[in-house]
Amino acid sequence: MDRAEVDRRIRKLIEPFNKKGVTITDETTFANDLEFDSLTVMDFVAEIEDEFDIIISMNQQAEIENYGQLVDAVYKLQVDPS
Amino acid sequence: MQADQPETREAAGTDLFSKFDPIIQMREKLLGTGIEDPFSLVMERVLSPTRAVCNGRETILLGTYNYMGMTFDPDVIEAGKQALADFGAGTTGSRVLNGTYQGHKDVEQALCDFYDMDHAMVFSTGYQANLGIISTIAGKGDYIVLDIDSHASIYDGCKMGDAEIVPFKHNDIEAMEKRLKRIPDGAGILVVLEGVYSMLGDVAPLKEMVAVAKKHGAMVLVDEAHSMGFIGENGRGVAEQAGVMDDVDFIIGTFSKSVGTVGGFCVSNHPKFEIMRLVCRPYTFTASLPPSVVATACTSIRKLGQASNKRAHLWENSKRLHGGLKDLGFTLGTETPESAIIAVIMPDLEKGAAMWEALLKGGLYVNLARPPATPANMTLLRCSLCAEHSESEVEEILEIFENAGKSVGII
Repeated sequence: MDRAEVDRRIRKLIEPFNKKGVTITDETTFANDLEFDSLTVMDFVAEIEDEFDIIISMNQQAEIENYGQLVDAVYKLQVDPS
Repeated sequence: MQADQPETREAAGTDLFSKFDPIIQMREKLLGTGIEDPFSLVMERVLSPTRAVCNGRETILLGTYNYMGMTFDPDVIEAGKQALADFGAGTTGSRVLNGTYQGHKDVEQALCDFYDMDHAMVFSTGYQANLGIISTIAGKGDYIVLDIDSHASIYDGCKMGDAEIVPFKHNDIEAMEKRLKRIPDGAGILVVLEGVYSMLGDVAPLKEMVAVAKKHGAMVLVDEAHSMGFIGENGRGVAEQAGVMDDVDFIIGTFSKSVGTVGGFCVSNHPKFEIMRLVCRPYTFTASLPPSVVATACTSIRKLGQASNKRAHLWENSKRLHGGLKDLGFTLGTETPESAIIAVIMPDLEKGAAMWEALLKGGLYVNLARPPATPANMTLLRCSLCAEHSESEVEEILEIFENAGKSVGII
């Protein structure tokens, strides 16, 4: 799966969590722009993990602040899960 | 510039405390309504395990972790006095240097007997037990799979170690198994669960969860802080009640709840467990518990093993309070009583604080719990029962709840 396909799938998954209909770019941040709280993060991460059959550990989550970083991380993880 | 005067910093430095501004504002807003501060209560006198004088009023205590009422047990008090006289006020040293007295060995033996396990290691607090064991056994390249609602001491233990941290949805067996399946082959896995989750007082489905963890080759740690002494035939906790004691690798517990003093511990049958005393930093680099504390804990644990009548009475109290509050129209954290904790869900922090104050003025102390300690950003009035609450005290508690609930407009 290429990065564009990963992006397309995550964009679809994020829709129900994007309550305010924020326009999503690579620079969109989860904490500030999307106002995700810790529970939303858990549910959203679980959806992505199930979709791509990967684990995004809390250690990795701590490094991800914006949408572009998430797509990069998932793209890398589904190529090389370890 | 004069050499003997401190140089004024020209650059506008950041006040390191500015990160606390939101919580300072929240607190000011709450206290601005003229309410008694829920987080600065002083107990001027403690009359018994269930009664104290708080802010000048005699109050029924329904927000302590004194589940088995051992704090004033005459045998426990006597053991503490004797140890204080014989061994002094403190050890002034680490367990691995000059801080292991006969009393520390005795309380570890009492734990081995209580749990019927080979090894017991006593820490200075329950927090340190989780911090130490979790951070030490799960290292770089290992995975910790844990319930998202785990206690702060579990998260802090995770953060202090170098393992990959993988949380799953609270009490969700399927979510836990999905994550276990995705862990790379050969990686070490520690599954961390709690017997009773202290915010809502709900119990983990340990029978199923421990089986799933074992199927995927994980070691299992269960924190039984809120179940020890009360749940299970011998008071060993939810793992005993679920019949999975043999499959649990580590049980973490505390002396600051049913045991009635302070301290923490881990019990295990792992053949190499004793090495933890040398490699676990929160065990090694701190002073050991005072002799009076380990003596009271030891006596209390021995008595808890035989306390089946008290356990039965505590269950009666829990059922009556849960049923009574439900009948009054309060929203509770669990459908049925699952532990000695009954959480009453409040609509918001303001109403919760008002209700807390109305209860206190009516002569009842409960815990006000608010985010981030609570799941789903809930405000809770957390009631924890004691085996020493009498039947009539529970009725009195329900009456105070009814009056407070009506005056605040919650029921």
